[in-house]
Amino acid sequence: MNAAVIVFPGSNRERDVAAALRAGTGSAPAMVWHADTELPAGTDLVVLPGGFSYGDYLRCGAIAARAPIMDAVRAHAARGGLVLGICNGFQILVESGLLPGILTRNKNLRFICKTQHLKIERVDTRFTSGYQPGQLIEVACAHGEGNYFADAETIERLEGDGRVAFRYADAAGVVGGLANANGSINDIAGIYSENLNVLGMMPHPENLIDGAVGGTDGLALFAGLAKAA
Amino acid sequence: MKARVTVTLKNGVLDPQGKAIEGALGSLGVPGVESVRQGKLFDVELATEDRAEAEATLKAMCEKLLANTVIESYRYDIAG
Repeated sequence: MNAAVIVFPGSNRERDVAAALRAGTGSAPAMVWHADTELPAGTDLVVLPGGFSYGDYLRCGAIAARAPIMDAVRAHAARGGLVLGICNGFQILVESGLLPGILTRNKNLRFICKTQHLKIERVDTRFTSGYQPGQLIEVACAHGEGNYFADAETIERLEGDGRVAFRYADAAGVVGGLANANGSINDIAGIYSENLNVLGMMPHPENLIDGAVGGTDGLALFAGLAKAA
Repeated sequence: MKARVTVTLKNGVLDPQGKAIEGALGSLGVPGVESVRQGKLFDVELATEDRAEAEATLKAMCEKLLANTVIESYRYDIAG
């Protein structure tokens, strides 16, 4: 499996994602600079990592979404190639038009930094095939602008087409309520594109790949991708 | 040619920052504030002196970058 991690000025999770890809897929990703215009030949998966690209100027992800490499990422997605955006990467995906909606300021105005349980909505996609149906996973949240918003029609379409990937849940698996700390509509933590080849998610699965550092619930996402590609 | 672009949240979109400012005005004792919505303002200098061309450029920059029309609307005013 050939993965490419896009590095923007202000990305800060690219090395964590690379470590997770090495651990999950057995091979190291290519690191691709934002000003490049082409992905390495044979790229199966593009990862947009977390961080604060361009210092979150204008809107989170807004300037990175217009970077030169993004035309190649859009073309890769249009061909059915896999794209994973985590945290700031999710913000870049919505700003680039690859996913609908937008991520706005957390409802309580606070930066959220904690571990978080997610309910996996479906395990028949290439991103979640490594998990069991109904599995609850614990990953990490670290964001100030993760409050997912879209108009009612878009939400209805996402829900109707099974495009919600993850929802915020508590340790018992109960979705929403206080577990939804950022105020996202329908407790949405991640969504898929129409063809299920693009996934954007606010929490960080790449933080949870080592039992010595908090847990390994994120590893199956990367291992599953290797099998799927 | 100079222009001013204003980007504001659409009606009905939650504005937690506006709410926090509203709360702060209340705690400062500023009377009679019913609500606050926060927006962004851009002062732009354009190379053209042609009004129609300036309008086309401003509209394009708003649609492409300055506003995210999922939640924001924009207006521009050309000086003079």
